[in-house]
Amino acid sequence: MKILVIAEHDNNNLKGSTNSTIAAAREIGSDINVLVAGLACSNVANEVASLDGVTTVLLADDAAYENFLAEDIAKLVISIADDFEYILAPATTFGKNFLPRVSALLDSQQISEITAVLGPDTFKRPIYAGSCIATVKTLDDKKIISVRSTAFDGVNSGSAIAEVKDIASVGTDGKSSFVNEELAVSDRPELTAADIVISGGRGMQSGDNFHLLDSIADKLGAAVGASRAAVDAGFVPNDYQVGQTGKIVAPDLYIAVGISGAIQHLAGMKDSKVIVAINKDEDAPIFQVADYGLVADLFEALPELDSKL
Amino acid sequence: MKILVPIKRVVDYNVKVRPLSDQSNVDLNNVKMSVNPFCEIALEEAVRLKESGAASEVIAVTVGKQDSQEQLRTALALGADRAILVESDNLVEPLVIAKALANICEDENPNLIILGKQAIDGDNNQTGQMLAALMGYAQATNASEINISGDSANVTREIDGGLQTIQVSLPAIVTTDLRLNEPRYASLPNIMKAKKKELNIISLADMGFDISNRTELLSVELPAERAAGVTVESVDELMDKLKNEAKVIS
Repeated sequence: MKILVIAEHDNNNLKGSTNSTIAAAREIGSDINVLVAGLACSNVANEVASLDGVTTVLLADDAAYENFLAEDIAKLVISIADDFEYILAPATTFGKNFLPRVSALLDSQQISEITAVLGPDTFKRPIYAGSCIATVKTLDDKKIISVRSTAFDGVNSGSAIAEVKDIASVGTDGKSSFVNEELAVSDRPELTAADIVISGGRGMQSGDNFHLLDSIADKLGAAVGASRAAVDAGFVPNDYQVGQTGKIVAPDLYIAVGISGAIQHLAGMKDSKVIVAINKDEDAPIFQVADYGLVADLFEALPELDSKL
Repeated sequence: MKILVPIKRVVDYNVKVRPLSDQSNVDLNNVKMSVNPFCEIALEEAVRLKESGAASEVIAVTVGKQDSQEQLRTALALGADRAILVESDNLVEPLVIAKALANICEDENPNLIILGKQAIDGDNNQTGQMLAALMGYAQATNASEINISGDSANVTREIDGGLQTIQVSLPAIVTTDLRLNEPRYASLPNIMKAKKKELNIISLADMGFDISNRTELLSVELPAERAAGVTVESVDELMDKLKNEAKVIS
């Protein structure tokens, strides 16, 4: 049972979603091969080689892969797919972009966003924004699987170092090209990797008021998130969004401020270990999932919390 | 320019879906069905491109059971020029849907195909990318802005770290994210007019490829419940609980 995991990285650093995907692969089998495709990314390959459970690292270092365009990553994966029974990638915007292409080209029905491995062909995955959990069995010989990172504790560095093998680039088909990127720059931890997340909703009333959250986040070493309502209202950019169609987070502590708790938001955070809700509406659905609920005006509670931390 | 907009009939996003009592599937008896919200955004974008003069025809298509005609009529009321139902007896998986859509693309030769990034029932996020692969087309998923110029399009994509802009040569597949546009509502005159627009029905089984499902649904259950929480009376009590009970802050 040879397994191929596609690593997510930014050519300099490995993303934690890769560690989680390798953890899921270890529940399937032990022959785990990780593809690192990018440009000038040998540091990333070496980091992957040190991780627990990795058998071999396949490094495709070429300008064609610098920006991880779906067409070109899929083409590369297809070029080596014959050797593998399983192909896994993280269910992030990186993995979601190219993996269904691989699946279609291999005539296999992908299983998206698995949260548990029950057997070699049987997996659990959330459906309907996590309202229900489906157990599905794949009948395909080639199993193409995307992995929800928050459901698997990522592997760490081990004692062994895996071999890094260079593999040939298959180039670009040139049908799409990179123009530019505007990445959010922040000193705070990344939303999906933070131990503590504090999120604001429509109750924040404006983007300026998010500074109330920023200050607390800095004291707690937390990341700042938002509900779709706050993003749609233009308070904060989309990369803040936690929920069914945004980011899925599961920190040790999630503090929801002025968030009513629509199912679409709960889908993105209800696996957090401890949930705190601060909302002046005592009937808000967010209180049903909160471990600690504080019915209060956030404009009074936040400054008080800030001053006492 | 011809734009194809594949849409999907799904449970309305306001419905709280539960498993059947025997846990064999979700309970869809007597629930409200709608056009998948991301598909509405796709349709809106196509109609706006037509209104701006960039597109000449908008075709809505769905792969589903006979009752999906209802959602195609909605699409026609929202501005699609004509509609195609690829009718199947059962609900089929994304790979089969993508193959059926590839068949439609071969017939219709659209310059642009706009789809929702995911349907809110299965949350698979696959069909657009699969269709792009089967057709050998470029793709731009999670679009928040589309600018067409000549035989290419610049698309801004919402990615985990922020925004990315790519250029795709046409024909191409674009999948929509939430902030691409705000879909309109259908007006009564347009709903009436939609009844007279062309809606063709093609049989999925007659398309000549294997339409069997590749996965088996073994069970559907509710997620694990969270234990009931407590209400705290003050910020001081909250901080005390977080420090001494949950031990998540120090």
